[in-house]
Amino acid sequence: MSAELLPIHNGRASEATRLPDLSWAELAAAVESAPGRGWRVSSLFGVPEEGRVRLVALLAHDEEGQLAIGSVGVEGNAFQSMTSRCPEVHLFEREIFEQCGVRPEGHPWLKPVRNIRDVDYFRVEGEEVHEVAVGPVHAGVIEPGHFRFQCHGEQVMHLEIALGYQHRGVERALRGGPDKRTIHYMETLAGDTTVGHATAYCQVLEGLAGCRPPARAQALRAVALELERLANHTGDLGALAGDVGFLPAAAFCGRLRGDFLNLTALLCGSRFGRGMVRPGGVGFDVDAARVAEMKKRLAAAAGDVEGAAELLWTTASVQARFEETGAVPESVARELGLVGVAARACGLRRDARKNHPAGIYQFAHIPISTWPTGDVFARAYVRWMEIQRSVAFISEQLEQLPAGPVRAKCGEPRPGRMCASLVEGWRGEICHVALSGEGGKLRAYKVVDPSFHNWSGLAMALRDQQISDFPLCNKSFNLSYCGFDL
Amino acid sequence: MLKILLERMRQGQRTSGYPDDAPVLPDRFRGAPVLAPEKCPEGCGECVQACPTDAIAAEPGKLSVDLGRCLFCTDCMQACPEGAISFGDEYRLAARQRADLILRSGEAAPRAAALEARLRSMFGRSLKLRQVSAGGCNGCESDVNVLGTVVFDLARFGIQMVASPRHADGLLITGPVTQNMKLALRKTYDAVPPPKIVIAVGACAISGGPFVGHPEANDGADSVVPVDLYIPGCPPHPFTILDGLLSLLGRLDEKRQRGAQPA
Repeated sequence: MSAELLPIHNGRASEATRLPDLSWAELAAAVESAPGRGWRVSSLFGVPEEGRVRLVALLAHDEEGQLAIGSVGVEGNAFQSMTSRCPEVHLFEREIFEQCGVRPEGHPWLKPVRNIRDVDYFRVEGEEVHEVAVGPVHAGVIEPGHFRFQCHGEQVMHLEIALGYQHRGVERALRGGPDKRTIHYMETLAGDTTVGHATAYCQVLEGLAGCRPPARAQALRAVALELERLANHTGDLGALAGDVGFLPAAAFCGRLRGDFLNLTALLCGSRFGRGMVRPGGVGFDVDAARVAEMKKRLAAAAGDVEGAAELLWTTASVQARFEETGAVPESVARELGLVGVAARACGLRRDARKNHPAGIYQFAHIPISTWPTGDVFARAYVRWMEIQRSVAFISEQLEQLPAGPVRAKCGEPRPGRMCASLVEGWRGEICHVALSGEGGKLRAYKVVDPSFHNWSGLAMALRDQQISDFPLCNKSFNLSYCGFDL
Repeated sequence: MLKILLERMRQGQRTSGYPDDAPVLPDRFRGAPVLAPEKCPEGCGECVQACPTDAIAAEPGKLSVDLGRCLFCTDCMQACPEGAISFGDEYRLAARQRADLILRSGEAAPRAAALEARLRSMFGRSLKLRQVSAGGCNGCESDVNVLGTVVFDLARFGIQMVASPRHADGLLITGPVTQNMKLALRKTYDAVPPPKIVIAVGACAISGGPFVGHPEANDGADSVVPVDLYIPGCPPHPFTILDGLLSLLGRLDEKRQRGAQPA
């Protein structure tokens, strides 16, 4: 990495005075040259300071397991956009413009991120070209978003995704914390990723406060995180089956998703893991009887998922619909900075559990599951491979849970520190970055849900596809609206 | 085809016996709060301070929890030095009036009354709902969706989620109603032909939930449209939602009356 950036580690705090204060040329060079050197942008955000805005960039090198952070004070109310040289920052720059009012000059696609009022949609003109507008209220029980398709007949030439309908002001409300609502904000950043986001937050807080959660708590957090992955991946396989009209697997997986949620409820009383992950450890311990019951139920559900998944991979009509639908080339995935299942389904080896491990993942490794084709099949099959590995991981952890307490005392953050935390949620990399100010209060708290990186991937997957394949493509990404809108 | 049939036989019949059988809930399930104000030390109020959504009120000898605000998070329980608040296994929490969601010590959890006779005769055996997600966390949506799985099989009660408000008898709303969703919710409500009902599911849709007081949101569905049924929880358990829907349609009363009659 360029000497200018500060190498940091997942979940370990540093003095905020060590945050490099770079010149614009230095920061721009580091960001713009990142993709060519195997780095990617994990987070890029603005922090209001007296009279100006400071941009903070967190870069990640997955192969070498490195993280590096740097910053620059923006003079005036504009900066030179880096998007044309490093496309993966396009949405970060739009967000900085919307949140901090500093303009990325020369941004090729400067539009609102969460402000639904001033959207100027891209439009294709021409004979027999038509536009289809969908949402924010959709046909199913799903979150709101607006999709505009520019079509020629059935063929989609361009899809524009406009979000912000779920914007409820969480990031704003986090500043000045932590307070009694903070953990509940974290658990509802994306309700289907309660454990993932709560873990990312607790790692940040523990880093800032200098607290080390006990080993047993680390193991139980990972068990809850993998259960969250199992429930969602299984639900997604079922939903994909439903979208191609293959009802047996849809019905089986719909039920099995609930069985995994009920396993989480066995752990902590809540199907979504509310109350499980807490600063300093976890809110619930397990005794031998509960472990035995979990193992029994896990094995039963895993066997049934295998039966359902086998039907998917051996039914020709399903395969015909999955294969070569909504393919994202590896080069595009890399350019857009995709993360999680969407990236691994394009062959990219990106998985924070392996590349930037924290907690129990430092000791218990989960191999990265990838598939090279980038299509709906790949996104489905990567999920299936990960289901198997999560089942094996949980079984192993339950077999050898470390003894001892499940919670350590976690005090207030120490003032003047910074900490970045990465967690591989079921959708992909969750990134939280915090700066503590006077009195240990959070001066800045930046949340990047994996969906923030990946929505552009869905838009690209639809290029030259039939518009009728949109539900299938959308489900194969299954991105979060509330995690994006915050 | 044979493989599919064999797998179907192997996976078996999975639909819950509810409402004839009691629902199976996890032992750590957090249902209606159990209040014991006689244990409260004088002038304590630790629970009131700890509650993230200010759902609790305490005065000498009395405790109350606003189930519409409660996140069922146990922060109050952990703050209480005397064990005066805990969470029981009562999953039936729905109410017809917002005020009925205030659970007072010494009183039972609210029970939702059925619709009046005319609406009940229209919707009692066939209710089509349009779901509007308006700014929550997708938790409530997930556990509304799960009602469509074979375990709960919502369709066996004649209740169905439909794609268009024009085909709907009412709305099922989740989320606090963000400013960005207010117009869309209003338009969707207007598009439902009367008579229509509105069901608010989850703490957000009832009170704003964790986001109560945020200028970016509206503290619940009834700030925009009239609400006929409130189903508390963060998110509510699927059986809590199902109980609310069936109570509204008067379907559980019938069941109970029938059950009480000698064969």
